[in-house]
Amino acid sequence: MYKMQLLVCGGTGCRASASAQIVENLNASLKAHGLEEDAQVVTTGCFGFCEKGPIVKVIPDNTFYTQVKPEDAEEIIAEHVLKGRKVTRLLYENPKTQEHVADSKHMGFYQKQIRIALRNCGFINPENIDEYIARDGYSALAQVLADLTPQQAIDMVKQSGLRGRGGAGFPTGLKWEIASKNSADQKYVVCNADEGDPGAFMDRSILEGDPNSIIEAMAICGYCIGASKGLVYIRAEYPLAIKRLQIAIEQARECGLLGENILGSKFSFDMELRYGAGAFVCGEETALIHSMEGSRGEPTFKPPFPAQSGYLGKPTNVNNVETYANIPVIFLKGPEWFSSIGTEKSKGTKVFALAGKINNVGLIEVPMGITLREIIYEIGGGIKGGKKFKAVQTGGPSGGCLTQKHLDTPIDFDSLVAAGSMMGSGGMIVMDEDDCMVGIAKFYLEFIVEESCGKCTPCRVGNKRMLELLEKICNGKGNMGDLEQLRNLALVIKDTALCGLGQTSPNPVLSTLDNFYDEYLAHVQDKVCPAGQCRALRHYFINPDVCTGCTLCARNCPVQAITGEKRQPHTINQEICIHCGVCYQKCKFNAITVQ
Amino acid sequence: MNKLILNDCHKKTIKDICDSFGNKPGELINVLHKTQEHFGYLPEEVQNEVAVNLNMPLAKVYGVVSFYTFFTMTPKGKYPISICMGTACFVRGAEKIVEAVEKELNIKVGGVTEDGKFSVDCLRCIGACGLAPVMMIGGKVHGRLEPGMIKGILDSYE
Repeated sequence: MYKMQLLVCGGTGCRASASAQIVENLNASLKAHGLEEDAQVVTTGCFGFCEKGPIVKVIPDNTFYTQVKPEDAEEIIAEHVLKGRKVTRLLYENPKTQEHVADSKHMGFYQKQIRIALRNCGFINPENIDEYIARDGYSALAQVLADLTPQQAIDMVKQSGLRGRGGAGFPTGLKWEIASKNSADQKYVVCNADEGDPGAFMDRSILEGDPNSIIEAMAICGYCIGASKGLVYIRAEYPLAIKRLQIAIEQARECGLLGENILGSKFSFDMELRYGAGAFVCGEETALIHSMEGSRGEPTFKPPFPAQSGYLGKPTNVNNVETYANIPVIFLKGPEWFSSIGTEKSKGTKVFALAGKINNVGLIEVPMGITLREIIYEIGGGIKGGKKFKAVQTGGPSGGCLTQKHLDTPIDFDSLVAAGSMMGSGGMIVMDEDDCMVGIAKFYLEFIVEESCGKCTPCRVGNKRMLELLEKICNGKGNMGDLEQLRNLALVIKDTALCGLGQTSPNPVLSTLDNFYDEYLAHVQDKVCPAGQCRALRHYFINPDVCTGCTLCARNCPVQAITGEKRQPHTINQEICIHCGVCYQKCKFNAITVQ
Repeated sequence: MNKLILNDCHKKTIKDICDSFGNKPGELINVLHKTQEHFGYLPEEVQNEVAVNLNMPLAKVYGVVSFYTFFTMTPKGKYPISICMGTACFVRGAEKIVEAVEKELNIKVGGVTEDGKFSVDCLRCIGACGLAPVMMIGGKVHGRLEPGMIKGILDSYE
C-alpha cells in the first residue's frame, strides 16, 4: 500500500505540454531517493483545469500543482514526498487574493462543480480496469443483471429524468423503451463518439479518462433493449481515446465483463469500434449509421427512427458518450438522487468545455440550473485580461450567442432554446469586446458550408448564399436589404432543411442578428467594424504628433500608399490603402491608429 | 499529376488489407483508413484497387473518399502541419497563425512545399483549447502560439 499517490494528467492538452516526460522524471526521482515503496505515480485522465496544465495532484492531501515542468519533478519528490513540505511556487494562486491554494477543494474552479460524468477523470488510471472496479465500477451492471428485469432497469433510467447530452436532449429512458419494444433477431447499442463541435472536448476526455464507464453503460443498455452487440463510432482524430478504449475493451473481456454469459447471467454482450473520418454531419444519428455501414454519412428522413430501423436495418439505440457516462451512477445512487440535482425538466449535471477569452479554460461539470454568471466569473475566473464580457456562444455551429442580459438565466435544455441558442454538446466559447459578432457568425457559416453533406438544397445552397451575404457585409459592401435577406434565408433554411444540422445551421446568424443588430448596422450603414476585426473596414491613420518620419512604414507598405518626407510626419492615402495592417505592425513609435 | 503505377507488391498490400476485413463492402471506411495509413494518401489507382477487391463501383469508393475530410487524394509533406481552426483557437487569433505559416513557407493552406518537407492544413479542434491557438506538426502539439514564434518552430524541423 502506498502512502502517497502522484496523479499526473495524461489528457491530450497536458500531454502536449510534456506530461509524459513529467511522469518519467517523477519515477526516476522516486527511484533515486529510494521511495518506490512509499509513493506511486499514476497517469490519469483530464482534471479539467486545462488552462494551468500540466497538472500534478498529490493525494491523500489533495495538493494541486499547476503548470508543472519536467524539471520540477525532482523538487516535488525531494520536498513534498520525502520531507512533507509542499512546493509553494507550483501551487495554484488565487488571482483575487494572490494567495496560494494548497487544497484543490478550495479552488474556485472546483467549488461549484458536481462531477458525475467526470467522476473518475483525474482519479484513476484509465488503462487499468482494476482501478475502475475499485471505485464501484461494474457494480451497476452486476446489480442490473442480478436483480432487475430489462423493463425495471428502463423505468429507473426514465425516473432519473436523464436527457441525451448530445444536443437535442431527448429523454434517454424513453429512447431505450422504444428500442426495447421493437422486436428483431438482432439489435444494436451505439455510442456516438464523433465529437465534431469545434471547441468541445468532453467526450474525448471521458473516453481518455474513464473508458470503462462507457463499456459498462453500453452493456446495461444492451441488457435493457435486448441487444448483444455494441458499437462505438469514434473520431479517427482521437488516437489516444481510441487506444484507451481498446485497452479497456480488452481488459473487460479478460475479466468476463464482456462476452458470453456476463457475470454468470444469460446475458451476452460484446463491443467493437468503428472509425469516423472527419464529417461533422455524422453526429446526426441517421448519418452516423450510414457511415458505420461504410457509406457517405448522409442523413435520412425520420421516421423511421433508428430505434425502429437503424444499423443494417435493425433496431438501434444511439446515445452519446456523456449520456452513457451518467448511467452507472443512476443505478448506484438511485434515480431519486439523480433527479434531485438540476431543474424541473433538466435533471443532473452537464459538462461544458469552457474556452475562449476566459481565465480558466477547461472542462467543467455543473448542475443544470446554474447561471452563466457563476460559470464565467466564479468557475471561469472572469474575462481574460480584464476585458469586458460580450457574449457566450453555446451549442457550437448549431447554437447561438447569449449576452449580458442572459447572465442570470438558469441554464438548462429549455432555457437555452428559449434564449435562441441550444445546449448542443456543451461547447461554451466566451467572447470579449474585441470579438466581432458578424465575424463570428461568418466563422460558423464557413464551417457549416464546409460540412454540409449536400443532400438537401436549403442547407447546401442556402447556407452558401448566407455566407456570401456575410462576406459582403464584412467587406463593407453590404446594404440594408442584405440584412433582411439574411434573416429571410435563415428562417427558410430552419423550416425546410432535412436534418438537425441544416435546421439549426442558421442559429448563429439569427441569434447575432437578434442580440447584436447594432453591430450589423455599423457594418452596413457606417462601414465600421466596432471590434476592429473586419480587415476591410479597418482604417489606418498616422498621428502626425507622434510620427518621427523614420520611413519604416512607407518602405514596408506593399502598395505604396504611404508618403512623406524623411523626418517629417507621413500620411496614408486611403484610396490606395488595402487595410493590410503591415504599417501598424512595423511602426516602432505607436504612431499608427486603427479606426 | 503523374499517373501512379501500382506494382504487384502494392496490389498485394491492398488485397491483404481488404482480406483482413473479409472483403465486405460495409468495411469500406475501415479499409480506407488502413490503406491511407500505409500509402499516406489515396490516389485514384489505389481507390480503383480497393473497388476491385471489395467488388463495388469505383464511384462509390470515390464518393466516400471525397466525402470525409480525413481522407486525402494528395500526398502530405514529411512534416504535415495542421492548424486548429476550432472556435476557441479562432477567437484567440488562429487566423494570424495561418497567415504566418503561409507566409513563412510560401504556400497556401492545402499545399505542400516544393521540397516535400511541409504541408499545411486546417482542422477543427484537437481539444487542446487550454493552449489555444495551437497547431500540430506530425504528432506534436505546439500551443500558446503567436505569429512571431512560427519561424523558430518551423526552423527546428530538419
